[in-house]
Amino acid sequence: MPLFIQLTLTGLTNGAILALAALGFVLIYKSSDVINFAQGEFLLIGAYVIFGLIAQFGIFWPLSMILTILIAVLLGVAVERLVLRPMIGEPIISVIMVTIGLSSLLKAIVSAIWGTIPQAFPAFIPSTPVKVLGASIGADRLWALGVAVVMLALFNFFFTRSREGIAMRAVADDQQAALSMGISVKRIFAWAWSIAAVTAAFGGMLVANIVGVSGELAGFGLRVFPVVILGGLDSIPGAIIGGIIVGLLESYTGGYIGEGLNQVLPFVVLIVILMVRPYGLFGQEIIERV
Amino acid sequence: MISGIFHSTYEDDMALRRTHAQKIRLVILIIFLLAFPFFANRYYLTLANQIGIAVIGAIGLNILVGYTGQISLGQGGFMAVGAYAAGLLTVNLGLPWWASIILASLFTALVGALFGIPSLRLKGLYLAIATLSAQVIILWVVTHWTAVTGGNDALVVPDPYLFGIKINDDFNFYWLVWILAIIVTLLTVNLFRTRFGRAFIAIRDQDIAASVMGVDLFKYKLLAFAISSFWVGMAGALIAHYRNIVTWERFTVDVSVLYLAMIIIGGLGSVTGSYLGAAFMTLLPVTLTNLGRALSRVFPVVDTVIPFIQQGVFGLVIILFLILEPEGLNKIWKNIKDYFRLWPFSY
Repeated sequence: MPLFIQLTLTGLTNGAILALAALGFVLIYKSSDVINFAQGEFLLIGAYVIFGLIAQFGIFWPLSMILTILIAVLLGVAVERLVLRPMIGEPIISVIMVTIGLSSLLKAIVSAIWGTIPQAFPAFIPSTPVKVLGASIGADRLWALGVAVVMLALFNFFFTRSREGIAMRAVADDQQAALSMGISVKRIFAWAWSIAAVTAAFGGMLVANIVGVSGELAGFGLRVFPVVILGGLDSIPGAIIGGIIVGLLESYTGGYIGEGLNQVLPFVVLIVILMVRPYGLFGQEIIERV
Repeated sequence: MISGIFHSTYEDDMALRRTHAQKIRLVILIIFLLAFPFFANRYYLTLANQIGIAVIGAIGLNILVGYTGQISLGQGGFMAVGAYAAGLLTVNLGLPWWASIILASLFTALVGALFGIPSLRLKGLYLAIATLSAQVIILWVVTHWTAVTGGNDALVVPDPYLFGIKINDDFNFYWLVWILAIIVTLLTVNLFRTRFGRAFIAIRDQDIAASVMGVDLFKYKLLAFAISSFWVGMAGALIAHYRNIVTWERFTVDVSVLYLAMIIIGGLGSVTGSYLGAAFMTLLPVTLTNLGRALSRVFPVVDTVIPFIQQGVFGLVIILFLILEPEGLNKIWKNIKDYFRLWPFSY
């Protein structure tokens, strides 16, 4: 039983961080129909920027967090303006390749500035083990879970109650109608990319606290895909639930079956879901009209 | 300046090269290919062999992505299948290298058709994600099925010999690879003059209309995956025999991305584009490394960042090409040809 609780908690925390990364992904897809293959790199940049600010510049960590968020916003706006704006109307394979190229470029920039060797991160969240329901889990993981939950709740509130959030949903639904209602679609795209960069940066900061910084963090980008396909590419609750399910799935297979299988199982599930129910649990069905 | 192409016989009309200019360019190219190995040193021969293998893989991928419109991110995995199959057939079953290359390609075609089954239900983005997971799954199987593939260890393949000549010597391999590349080119160019090829193009352009017209989507999509994977597997098998070593690190997602970059930068849906893209993407990192080495004599700091510059420039080149010239090097080449053809009225 304690193993089960342990695995559940680990799975929940991993799942929460995956959900954060997936949230940005879904957001970009919802508003601009673009798949962001560079989401993992946004996470990487968030982790490395705060590492640089704390470890190399010695800035107090709350201030570092705020600075990292500002840098993430700038990054999102810059990427949208410079790379994605010229791609409007191009076929989807070009857009996919542009974000792949972007991910390569960002990874190279990060490696050039900070190197590829994993570095210890001066964790500002203590990792003292905390006993929960008979299993012990590091406090930093619990903090990660808590922060992720709070952020997801904030985003839910943002999208249902605030003006900008509703405007984003409108643009995602029908750009023409949104334009005719006076919503600036360009601004919404910039918002979408900034928020995606910010959520990824948050995820990166949390992950850096737990495992330190290394080039491996970009691997999150690949694990986001099973999450968003399972949840539905254009559904925010789907990203959350998909993240939790995939996190728990990885944790249980790793704990009960063996270490190797848990990396590949999400992808097998991905293919199965794609064959059985391509729009995921909560996604919207696309009906092709001729 | 010519005013049009006028043929008076059916042979002229159906020929692959119909105008004088096209024929002359082809002859020049063939003379260059034939003469190159006699004048090049070993380094350039290795580069030429690499480009040759990349051309075969790129043409294979272009059949699937450029002509049939099925986005596939799984090439690395298929090349791994081809390479490991060829290596294992030679090492464990003792087959001669030419037999194992052909059999490995056939096996990769089967695997490709298998992973192409999702394409019947998925399109565009979802298909890209499905093939990406195919890539991850294949690589996982390769690294974890230690009984067959040796897991993380490298698989060592013996040198291929033919009538006592060592084939994977750079000079001899050049002939093998480029003869195969020419065969692939001819087969592909003629494929798109047959019924199958036209069905592929119809599927790319408007698959619903194609199926209304009687193109069996199921059969032709699987066929596209199979034919494409045949050539991609052959490229992998050639790598196995050329380098004598098969390791999983040579077939990661980055290789899939590299091949996609080759055909997108080269030009989707054109064999010339595959050639240009394969040459460009193979020569780019090499040129950067040499440039970096030359610069690092003046600025030593450049030495440490060369690998990152390579990766960064790779991404940047993809982004720039897609923003500035989405149709790739092929379009640029066509523009150059048109300019000279229409001179002095080329505006």
